[in-house]
Amino acid sequence: MANYKYHILICGGTGCHASQSAQIKINFEQLIVEKNLVDDVQIVETGCFGFCEKGPIVKMLPDNTFYTQVKPEDCKEIIEEHIIKGRKVERLLYLDPKSQEHKADSKHMGFYKKQLRIALRNCGFINPENIDEYIARDGYKALATVLEQNDPQATIDIIKKSGLRGRGGGGFPTGLKWEICSKNNADQKYMICNADEGDPGAFMDRSILEGDPHTIIEAMAIGGFCIGATKGLIYIRAEYPLAIHRLRVALDQAREYGLLGKNLFGTDFDFEIELRYGAGAFVCGEETALIHSMEGLRGEPTFKPPFPAQEGYLKKPSNVNNVETFANIPVIINKGWEWFSSIGTEKSKGTKVFALAGQINNVGLIEVPMGITLREVIYEIGGGIKGGKKFKAVQTGGPSGGCLTEKFLDTPIDYDNLIAAGSMMGSGGMIVMDETSCMVSVAKFYLEFTVEESCGKCSPCRIGNKRLHEILERITQGKGTMEDLDSLRNLAQVIKDTALCGLGQTSPNPVLSTIDNFWDEYVAHVVDHKCPAGQCKALKKYIIDPEKCIGCTACARVCPTNAITGTVKMPHEINQELCIKCGSCYEKCKFNAISIK
Amino acid sequence: MDTIKLNIDNREVEVEKGTTILKAAQKLGIDIPTLCHFELNGLNVHNKPGGCRICVVEVVKDFNGRPRRNLAPACVTECVPDMVVRTNSIRVINSRKTVLELILSDHPNDCLQCAKSGSCELQNLAIRLGVREIPYKGEQSSYSMEVSPSIVRDMNKCVMCRRCETVCNEYQSVGALSAINRGFPAVVSTAFDQHLTESSCVFCGQCVAVCPVGALTEVDHTNRLIRDIANPNKKVVVQVAPAVRVALGEEFGMKPGSIVTGKLTAALKQLGFDYVFDTDWSADLTIMEEGTELIGRLTKYLAGDKSVKIPLMTSCCPAWVNFFEKQFPQLREYPSSAKSPQEMFGAIVKSYFADKINTKREDMICVSVMPCLAKKFECERDEFKTNGNPEVDYSISTRELARLIKISNIDFNNLEDVAFDSPLGESTGAAVIFGATGGVMEAAVRTAYEVITGKTLPKIDFTELRGLEGVREATVHVQDGLDLKLAVVYGLSNARKMLEQIERGESPYHAIEVMACPGGCIDGGGQPYHHGDADIVKARWEAIYQADKNMPIRKSHENPSIQAIYKEFLGEPCSHKSHELLHTTYFDRKKSIENE
Repeated sequence: MANYKYHILICGGTGCHASQSAQIKINFEQLIVEKNLVDDVQIVETGCFGFCEKGPIVKMLPDNTFYTQVKPEDCKEIIEEHIIKGRKVERLLYLDPKSQEHKADSKHMGFYKKQLRIALRNCGFINPENIDEYIARDGYKALATVLEQNDPQATIDIIKKSGLRGRGGGGFPTGLKWEICSKNNADQKYMICNADEGDPGAFMDRSILEGDPHTIIEAMAIGGFCIGATKGLIYIRAEYPLAIHRLRVALDQAREYGLLGKNLFGTDFDFEIELRYGAGAFVCGEETALIHSMEGLRGEPTFKPPFPAQEGYLKKPSNVNNVETFANIPVIINKGWEWFSSIGTEKSKGTKVFALAGQINNVGLIEVPMGITLREVIYEIGGGIKGGKKFKAVQTGGPSGGCLTEKFLDTPIDYDNLIAAGSMMGSGGMIVMDETSCMVSVAKFYLEFTVEESCGKCSPCRIGNKRLHEILERITQGKGTMEDLDSLRNLAQVIKDTALCGLGQTSPNPVLSTIDNFWDEYVAHVVDHKCPAGQCKALKKYIIDPEKCIGCTACARVCPTNAITGTVKMPHEINQELCIKCGSCYEKCKFNAISIK
Repeated sequence: MDTIKLNIDNREVEVEKGTTILKAAQKLGIDIPTLCHFELNGLNVHNKPGGCRICVVEVVKDFNGRPRRNLAPACVTECVPDMVVRTNSIRVINSRKTVLELILSDHPNDCLQCAKSGSCELQNLAIRLGVREIPYKGEQSSYSMEVSPSIVRDMNKCVMCRRCETVCNEYQSVGALSAINRGFPAVVSTAFDQHLTESSCVFCGQCVAVCPVGALTEVDHTNRLIRDIANPNKKVVVQVAPAVRVALGEEFGMKPGSIVTGKLTAALKQLGFDYVFDTDWSADLTIMEEGTELIGRLTKYLAGDKSVKIPLMTSCCPAWVNFFEKQFPQLREYPSSAKSPQEMFGAIVKSYFADKINTKREDMICVSVMPCLAKKFECERDEFKTNGNPEVDYSISTRELARLIKISNIDFNNLEDVAFDSPLGESTGAAVIFGATGGVMEAAVRTAYEVITGKTLPKIDFTELRGLEGVREATVHVQDGLDLKLAVVYGLSNARKMLEQIERGESPYHAIEVMACPGGCIDGGGQPYHHGDADIVKARWEAIYQADKNMPIRKSHENPSIQAIYKEFLGEPCSHKSHELLHTTYFDRKKSIENE
């Protein structure tokens, strides 16, 4: 990147793409031709910057100016002002909500200040479709080191000592997993990358694949060398077209550079990677189900043992790691296990990427060191709760996780603490909820997902989750009983205890954690037929105050079910049996005579 | 042998490495209930999905010395040294019952009308675990019932044990059934929910044989039969297959392997059939036809005729016939053109015998009692009809016959033995062994040997052809220069291997016997339910050979009644008349599946 005066980095992640970042790139390209800047300015489409809330993002180098919510029509001003005149376009800079000051450099923004980007190190920095940029950032150096050293066990030991644990949710020590697989002898082994990201709202794997595909290729080759596999397979959701495209480009480039194929780095190690497409079934993220799906069988889990390390893809020893796990490998090799294990807590080393979402100011993808507290994540990185509302709970771990309340805000985040608190790390979904969230509805939402995504193989998950969901449905309809609450607890416990795979064993977590932390809210639904958060439609009651109603008939005319009756100029009444709680009357009334109870 | 010591319910047990908790507990006399688990030991049928979760147990101490987080399915969890297991803790009892209640919450509550009532494993579990209410009410699965010529599918009753899927795919390699949908609507069905007749189904009925509940049952003809017997204008003739006589007793509490031929005949007489005949008779006839065909093909083959199809494959098993017609139609000239004994019998009854008793074909009803469900389908084949009138009107299973006997107040256990009627009731030991795997081959060899050599067999028992392994081969020395290379297989996945070998031109055999069901007809889809007890099947198998030994004549060509019909009516084996009545042609049914 030597001769250019400026680099314009444009986010090419799926989110910013959806907000016309491709058009922004075209506009910039046309502008630099028009303004004769082709030799001075380089335009780079990068992977995700993470700050999706404020996308599309355009970043200017070398001065590190971070423009947010850029529209295609803003390009002209950026070129004319920033590049030609050297003045920052103030209105496109990030506005700090607390100080109400514009912040030009992302380093000074609350969203980035506490982040530590290891897995995402290249996302938003390099052009993912250009292997040279990856190589310029020490890409494939780790693979070269490992192959040169030619000692798989030594590399496995580095990974073991680094303390890296599986980022897909299970948290199993990665080095140990490799070691087990390396010790099983077979004529063929497989290194498999699990890119079947399925947690609702989580998109870290997609972002890594879109923003830094070479790191996965490099890590898989390192892993393949360590376990003795010459074939790699990436199982990726077919709904990730951009990630698939970038992977294909990266694979072609790697082959062209001799970084995949025969005799890598002049050694006798061969490694090739193929893509396998998933149809998006959540359960196929479970490693045995994933393997069956790749084999062309029904995507459902089987009992372990045999573990994939013993009998995996096509019955050969296989090792399955998640995308984010792989993304850590080359850095660990390059910077050393000592460096990596100095980050994080005693049993959880390194960083974790979270998809921060919900009722929070800064929605986006963040990477933080293990041990950071939920409070730091929510209030500093996330910028606090939207609209100044009160924090109620944060859901981590996706549909398998649980809801954590205020009392856990200062708990350092790591695998073990989250489990102790009744939730889990999962793949890193983090959904923040404010006081207007109904926790019964939240539990129901997650159950709906697991009911839909259960493979149907084992009875507790197939039928049990369905029954759990039906009970929650009854409760939100105001038809629940106290016996239902007992049934919920018993069923949830039995499903956890008896389900076949991780999906079923964790699916009741949202129910159990909300029952534990928000018992009163459940009771309110059942006993008082009230939803304290005011979310459950069936429990809302629209009432006309006869004192305030002047009998204008506006409400009666707008009611779609003719539930409102009354004579002109006399107070009207709502027939609760007919009312469908659409709220039309409430909006129509000019006299504030209608209230919601 | 590596052994492992562990503790189950406070008792020590030592087991071989690789033993499951379920088996280890059985060793201590602890009977952990199961539902999806199914195994026919030694008969190549294994279903271990670990899916129903009824057999869960608590592992108090696992391999790491700590308690296991969740409960373990005993059927697939292997024992580890020093493991401590509780099979009856409150956690286990509550979980097991809750799981059962969940299964029942999506199961029709119609036990009293269910075809499986009394033999239902789910019903037995509910009784055993003392289910008195189903607390988890909610949506129930709703699928429409499907009736095919042999099998009734009522998937509302399916518990997703996957046994049917396993036998259909792994044991038979037919691939008609597999799980579809996911989550609550997950169920076992055909591809694209096709009707069974349009699928690759061969109607072997093994899915029915293993189904723990009433989701898969046979098409029931008992009422039709009661009406036909009651019709004074019809002459109703019955034939009974060999394997029925060694299994029917089980339905009346007799020990597995009881040979009840005489009582069976007596019961059929009491039911009111006009003539009680024996499929064994037409089994002897089959040997004459098929044996002659084999000798004919062999003679040409040994003379260097390359066009002749060798190996000859047997064609008695209707599921096997469906299989090669649907999956290997290009090889359909290898199986013998001889009809199955059931159809040979029907053809003779409705021609030779009808003339003999001076009755019009239309006024005769020919019914068969079969251990088989594919026989029901076979009756409906167009090529086995004359002017639309079937040779065999319909077939009932061993189970249906037992029901009929019960309905008709017949005290089966105390019946006096009665002999079959003449002339289609006389048979030999060679015919009765058709009921077990290898029997047809042995019967054929007994006759072929004597026909080819003109000498009396030195030893009637060809034990080298007997056994319960899925694939067996033997070389029988007939005379100098003629060593017959034979193979006997059961299970259509084994048959597939034979066909693939033929297709590659690598088959070393002169003749191959194929039966679809485990151990042959003794474990046919219409036999009394054994619920996975392989000892029952083995007892039937032994009984078949005992029945052979009990027969005064043990070679088909020595059956005087068979000799008579050739003299009187057919001329000689494979004559023009025989071909007309006793042989058939096969069709390419692959296209019809693919075009659906």
